[in-house]
Amino acid sequence: MVSFSPSEEQQMIINMVKEFSTDHLRRVYRECDESGIIPADVIDTAWEFGFISTSIPEEFQGLGEARSSLTGALIAEELAWGDLSIAMHILCPSLVAIPLVEMGTDEQKSKYLPGFCGDRFKAATAALIEPRFDFDPAALSTTARLNGGDYVLNGEKCYVPLAADADLLLVYASENDCTQGFLVEKAATGLEIMEREKNMGIKALATYELSLKDCRVPKGNRLGGEDGCDFGRILNYSRVALSAMAVGVARGAFEYARDYAKERSAFGEPIASRQTIAFMLAEMAIEIDATRLMTWEATWKLDRGEDATKEASLLKSYADEMVLTVTDRAVQILGGHGYIRDHPVELWLRNGRGFATFNGMAIV
Amino acid sequence: MIEFELTPEEEATIAAAHKEAEELLRPIARYYDEHEHESPKDFIEQQWAQQRSGGGGMLGLGVGAALRIEETCWGDAGLMLVAPGSGLGGAAILMTGTQEQQQRFLKRYSEGEPKWGGMAMTESGCGSDTSAIQTTAVLDGDEWVLNGEKIFITGGQRAMDESDGLVVVWATVDKTAGRAGMKSFVVEAGTPGARIEKVENKLGIRASDTATLILDNCRIPYENILGSPEVRKVDSGQTAGFKRAMATFDATRPIIAAMALGVGRAALDFIKEALEKEGIQIRYGAPRHKLTAIERDIMDMEAGYKAAHMLMLRAVWMMSQFQANSLEASMAKAKAGLVVTRITQKAVEMMGPLGYSRKYLLEKWMRDGKINDIFEGTGQINMLIVARRVLDYTRDQLK
Repeated sequence: MVSFSPSEEQQMIINMVKEFSTDHLRRVYRECDESGIIPADVIDTAWEFGFISTSIPEEFQGLGEARSSLTGALIAEELAWGDLSIAMHILCPSLVAIPLVEMGTDEQKSKYLPGFCGDRFKAATAALIEPRFDFDPAALSTTARLNGGDYVLNGEKCYVPLAADADLLLVYASENDCTQGFLVEKAATGLEIMEREKNMGIKALATYELSLKDCRVPKGNRLGGEDGCDFGRILNYSRVALSAMAVGVARGAFEYARDYAKERSAFGEPIASRQTIAFMLAEMAIEIDATRLMTWEATWKLDRGEDATKEASLLKSYADEMVLTVTDRAVQILGGHGYIRDHPVELWLRNGRGFATFNGMAIV
Repeated sequence: MIEFELTPEEEATIAAAHKEAEELLRPIARYYDEHEHESPKDFIEQQWAQQRSGGGGMLGLGVGAALRIEETCWGDAGLMLVAPGSGLGGAAILMTGTQEQQQRFLKRYSEGEPKWGGMAMTESGCGSDTSAIQTTAVLDGDEWVLNGEKIFITGGQRAMDESDGLVVVWATVDKTAGRAGMKSFVVEAGTPGARIEKVENKLGIRASDTATLILDNCRIPYENILGSPEVRKVDSGQTAGFKRAMATFDATRPIIAAMALGVGRAALDFIKEALEKEGIQIRYGAPRHKLTAIERDIMDMEAGYKAAHMLMLRAVWMMSQFQANSLEASMAKAKAGLVVTRITQKAVEMMGPLGYSRKYLLEKWMRDGKINDIFEGTGQINMLIVARRVLDYTRDQLK
């Protein structure tokens, strides 16, 4: 039976994360964007919520609750509403943890999953995007070849969040024209983490280029072992996660622009009293809601174990466009002030523009 | 819990409606578009028999009913509006009438010959500004005397001239009271002083009649007023009479959105089928830069459809939960009206000479779909409502 009402538990989670975002993320995000540094205490506080460990099975020291992309999307929206860079940092370990929980072999799980259930934040990351304009996750330039008992990886990656701090990286590479994941430990030979990237937005999130030159990993480190992984599904987890985050960013921009438009006076009345402004806000509200509902539906489908490639892909491109339009309009509504860094809307526009690029940088 | 699985009953309803759309509506759709003022008698009889056996009228409150309407409009939107039933008049009676009135006025829709119902709001001098209504209702003894001219009544002719139906007429009992003086009255077919004067020729939904109703000293019983006859002059604008009119819209707007989506999906399915015949598959997971322009267009259209569909479902679901859904209803209506317009217009363009030809139904869907961006509140009026709600502004603060 159709219902649009989050469960009591989900509502509790939404409220809790919203409060955390308000108290912590919204307090520091501008400074983080300027300095490129996220205070460790914010990350540690977030870690205590157990966003990552909750759905790790008890036998691997997690809480063993059923994993839900839908609940994950609710969390991602609230965190991204607080700040996108910090949200991506907080959820970064799930780039490895979720594929492991879903598709890892028993050996891989017992080796790596307990690491995500400790008291302190555990940096781990995934490397998918490649530095080329025609990047295609289904046809990667990075290759994996079986050589003796090892996989040999070669290629270049970019937009790898937290790569410098991560002990474990899930590197996606093309093996016989099929995208597969490989668990690469930091110490692996042939893995080089380059300098931190400088991007237009998500400036507080440390992302890196990395190069793989004959990087050898044991055969057993292919995600899913003999069976490999279902990369299409992982990509769908990413599409819905990013869409949820896009909704969070857009919502933040909408709320700010709405409040500003009610405050700002021109020709003797608030600019929100003019239809040209009011209609922009109405359209923003409609598109944000529509994208959120589409996200819910796609994650619901994923949670049922169904293929949601169509839904997730349509959603992702819709969300990419939506967040760009909404954040741009927010800047426009603030006019000259929107362009000034005293107001946050320019930051949200820079972050919003990135969604079309962020493939695979978050999953739920 | 957030859930999108339909119940087996809803699934069955949709499947039946789809089959009916394919087998019953599509084959006659073109004929009744070309023969504007003819009545599809067999179709009407079949629909009436179905409704009497519990198939339901146009306005249901649930998700299943909305999705059924979407399917029917996938078949043909004009014919869907011709299906007998209490229509928008029934919606108004359900939303604003007493139990006794509902029984008295709506009973006819489950017995005897086919009947229709309509709602008379618009006048030549006022469309979206429903508070400017000039039609008057004056109490004379135990009767109301109505005078005025109402236009654009969907199904008005069938309600008043071709069946024992009724029209709900909005009129003012006190012009100085503004919105507070606006009341709704049930005018039954055959009432002296009420006559259908004109039936419009339209761009689309031609199977459906759109009528002008003249009220010339039309006398109706005192008990035919819906809601309270009392005029409360409240200056804030949100007053009982007007609020009730708006409550009707909260129920009908999501349904109009469902209608729009049915037409939009018809066009989408048509073009996807045509592409498939040419061996063109839409590659959903492929990166944007690898897609052809056609694929991008189709995906944009599909995503737009999906977005509007989710907004529609939410508005309908809220209604079924008896939650206030004014904002969500307007969001759904505004988005769906826009989406159906864009999808159908784009589809005609994409199909080239085949899209423009009356040999196929595509050009008809473009004409049919457009009405959803207009009736029951234009896209712009719904945007205005959304804007007021999200800004928490009154009518005076945002005009």
